Amino acid sequence: MMWRRHFGVRLSLLSALFVAAALRPAIADNDFAAQRRDMVEEIAAVARSAAAESGKPAISAAVTAALARVPRHRFVPPDQEHAAYENRPLPIGFGQTISQPYIVALMTDLMRVEPNHVVLEVGTGSGYQAAVLAELAQSVCTIEIIEPLAVEAQRRLQQQGYTRVRTKTGDGYYGWEDCGPFDSIIVTAAASHVPPPLIRQLKPGGRMVIPVGTAFLTQHLLLVAKNTDGTIVTRQVLPVRFVPLTGGH
Amino acid sequence: MCRMSSPPLAAVALLSAAALGYEVLLMRLFSIILWHHFAYMIISVAMLGYGAAGAFVALMQRQLLPRFERVFVAAAAGFGVTAIGCFLLAQSVGFNPLEMLWDPGQPLRLLIVYALLSLPFFCAATCVCLTFSRFADAPHRIYSFDILGAGAGCLAILGALSVTSPAGALQWIGALGLVAAALAAQRLRVRPRWLPAALLGGAAVLAINSPSQWAALHPSGYKDLSQTLAIRDTRVVAERSSPMGWITVVESPLIPFRYAPGMSLNAIMEPPPQLGVFTDGDGPAALTRYDGKSEPLAYLDALTSALPYHLLERPRVLVLGAGAGGDVLQAIYHGAREIDAVEVNPQIVDLVQHRFADYSGMPYSATGVRVHIGEARHFVMAHADRFELIQMSLLDAFGASSAGLYAISESYLYTVEALREYLDHLEPGGLLAITRWVNLPPRDALKLFATAVAALEARGSERPALQLVLIRGWKTATLLVKNGEVTSAQIVALKEFCHSRSFDVAYYPGIDPAELNRFNVLERPEFHEGALALLGPQREAFIASYKFNIAPATDDHPYFFEFFKWRTLPELLALKAQGGLPLLEWAYPVLAATLVQAALASLLLILLPLWIGAGRVHKVVGWSRWRVTAYFAAIGFAFMFIEIAFIQKFILFLAHPLYAVAVVLCAFLVFAGLGSRYSSRLRAKLHGARLQPLGWVVVATGLFALSYLVFLPVVFRPLLPLPDAARIALSIGLIAPLAFTMGMPFPLGLASVAGGSRDLVAWAWGINACASVVAAILATLLAIHLGLNAVVVLAVALYVLAAVAYR
Repeated sequence: MMWRRHFGVRLSLLSALFVAAALRPAIADNDFAAQRRDMVEEIAAVARSAAAESGKPAISAAVTAALARVPRHRFVPPDQEHAAYENRPLPIGFGQTISQPYIVALMTDLMRVEPNHVVLEVGTGSGYQAAVLAELAQSVCTIEIIEPLAVEAQRRLQQQGYTRVRTKTGDGYYGWEDCGPFDSIIVTAAASHVPPPLIRQLKPGGRMVIPVGTAFLTQHLLLVAKNTDGTIVTRQVLPVRFVPLTGGH
Repeated sequence: MCRMSSPPLAAVALLSAAALGYEVLLMRLFSIILWHHFAYMIISVAMLGYGAAGAFVALMQRQLLPRFERVFVAAAAGFGVTAIGCFLLAQSVGFNPLEMLWDPGQPLRLLIVYALLSLPFFCAATCVCLTFSRFADAPHRIYSFDILGAGAGCLAILGALSVTSPAGALQWIGALGLVAAALAAQRLRVRPRWLPAALLGGAAVLAINSPSQWAALHPSGYKDLSQTLAIRDTRVVAERSSPMGWITVVESPLIPFRYAPGMSLNAIMEPPPQLGVFTDGDGPAALTRYDGKSEPLAYLDALTSALPYHLLERPRVLVLGAGAGGDVLQAIYHGAREIDAVEVNPQIVDLVQHRFADYSGMPYSATGVRVHIGEARHFVMAHADRFELIQMSLLDAFGASSAGLYAISESYLYTVEALREYLDHLEPGGLLAITRWVNLPPRDALKLFATAVAALEARGSERPALQLVLIRGWKTATLLVKNGEVTSAQIVALKEFCHSRSFDVAYYPGIDPAELNRFNVLERPEFHEGALALLGPQREAFIASYKFNIAPATDDHPYFFEFFKWRTLPELLALKAQGGLPLLEWAYPVLAATLVQAALASLLLILLPLWIGAGRVHKVVGWSRWRVTAYFAAIGFAFMFIEIAFIQKFILFLAHPLYAVAVVLCAFLVFAGLGSRYSSRLRAKLHGARLQPLGWVVVATGLFALSYLVFLPVVFRPLLPLPDAARIALSIGLIAPLAFTMGMPFPLGLASVAGGSRDLVAWAWGINACASVVAAILATLLAIHLGLNAVVVLAVALYVLAAVAYR
């Protein structure tokens, strides 16, 4: 009977291992969900305090809700998963980065995406920003010039069920005529100037956001607004509440 | 093994040459694989290796000296192997300075890089230091071979970099280490007998083999070139390498370059086809296709830098930092009457004019265009011609950034004195136009504005406010400084220029606040407010209370790109969650962190062995260990302070930082070496004199150093037009007497100490080297705060302190 007991013990150990293995992703996902909640709460809190100081509206609830839904850890390389919900930029390979979540929130907020909007993204990168936009817009078209990044982002977006995102590998300079015109555009790819074709493809009343800076270090954001009469106004936005003069306003 | 009666001098000289060459080469290599910010770290790393070796020999000489011959050969071969191996390991550590404050793992990686790179220097210095200990009765001969070898190494590496790639030069340095080991093995008769032949064979394999895959450089993925090459179908179409930099020309057929920095949003044209020109993997500058037709160049009129062409009629133009020719094309497009273009790197001009002649349309030989090879500031100072427009567009500290030296980026392009020179070279009514990137809150633009105001005042202008114009686009800002008052017709033209391109006016004489902040809307018109404050009576208060350093740069404080203020650091760190970190200027805090790292390493490697070995370090007559520490630390700091300050001062005269480093370093080493040889004779001559030899030496050093502070700028000026070779010879001649006297305190002290104890010799040597570890970094930090002259004065004071400690 001894062998049976042993066998029984082994069997239960084995099955426990199987159960544990089966549960692991679920547990990990729960972990990530908790981390994601913390991240969103931090962003909302930071935005609220910045808004209180500046008297400007905080990041919209729709944007923070979108951030709360997108599994950011699925959009970073496996070796960066542990840091996916830290409020910091992360490397994604090929000299590219995924932006600091607060900056993603701010850029998305500046775009003022509505549920019926068509959005263009130039510079898909990891696909995370596209996923956030897809949570808010009717459709998102995104272009990436670095092929392996484009392929990987497309796979991730499909896997996560973002069917409203169309991806393309290639030159973002001419926008995406078939997808447009666009209610808003985000250009995360480095550009020495704003491509004129993108301005053409922006609908009157549309908004374009361009982060200015280098990898890991977003200096400020350029907001290009196309008025209903077609004229262009740009705004330069410093993400951070910082005045350069002591005792300044 | 037989006991040798004379030291292996040839091997010592060769190793010192290789080690110094390696030090300069590492600066080039780090400019390529990372950024130029690491030059000061390299100097410190080298000194750390030297210091550690001193301590090691001091502690272990009872074990090492009986095995002197074998240890020497092993350490020399070790230098050869680690020079290559440690660099390859260091570049695979994955250190990313951009993540320094985000990723807690990065400082550790930096530390690993630091430790790895000090190993080759440790090996080379172990040989030298052990030789000093083994042959304590002949310090002068060893020191002069050591220092003459080192001097030769600095110049030889420049030669090597002219004929081979940096990766190839790395292999040569490794080979030199093995040759030194072979020489020593032969001289010291180290068994087995075939050892020298085997070492020479290894050296030959390294030297002859072309740089192969295993020794390839791997630039950071975040460098512009790496990012560009990740795009499909991009390819390198030409490559050039010289001590000035590694140039790569890239073609990107699928996604063209389209470089038009800050082009007006109203413009609808696309730039013509371009090739990207990268220097040390940074860039690109655009090599634009030009077929003589002006229409495709219309985009050049949609940049803020085109403004002066709308205020002047077909001017005679001087383009400073012409690079691949963008500003020259802009001048051609606007019908400039005559164009003089100055570019520092001849290989870039050669690529534009010859290799890509069909593509570029040879803009440098177009009608009315003359190209000059030279550094911008130097060219202006050396020529008497006057121009109607001097154009400097997005020109960074190209000397420093391309050569990778003294990276807290001293730049003599944007100092008060430089702007005065430019203004002196303008015809009456002429314009100086400088374009910079826009950053928020404003830093570059306001510092430049402050510098221009100071320059105008220094020229005796009573109303600088009437001579300045500042406009800004969304990405670039252009400052105009006029040799005369801006006219109302010019104001009309500039308003029209800005309005039609949606650029904003930030300042012009009589500006109406209603015109501000129309197109690129800022929360506050900070550029305008800053400009007004800098022109007003509260200028000093404004500069003091501004959270970034925007005080004008001067030739004594040539750090235009340094905006860091310590008191802003806590605020920006606290704003990390909101994206505050990118507003930090990285170089300065990293420099300070490196200083702490170097100081700790020095303490660990000097003070610790000092206490551990205290039992064995006996008092020599007149020399307590604290006196030895004070003496050798003081002369270590003083030597390094003067050397680094003079390197920076001679950049202006020698026109390129790399040449300044090589020539000044070489002159200091060689003449200090000669001084060191002479010191024993001086000692004998002055035996029993009232003033000790060191007293004479310190008086002479102080006189030379201090009088140079006053006379060098005066001497330089009329000599600037001389050819390179003459200026190099003059530089060496000027440095010679100073270096000669500075070479004496070390051997004088060493000879005095060696009279009693061998242990103390290695220990003194270690103290001196570790003082240099810290001094290499501290000199730059002090220069940023106090200026270069103050650093020299401080060095003289340290020599006086050393004289007090000496007896």
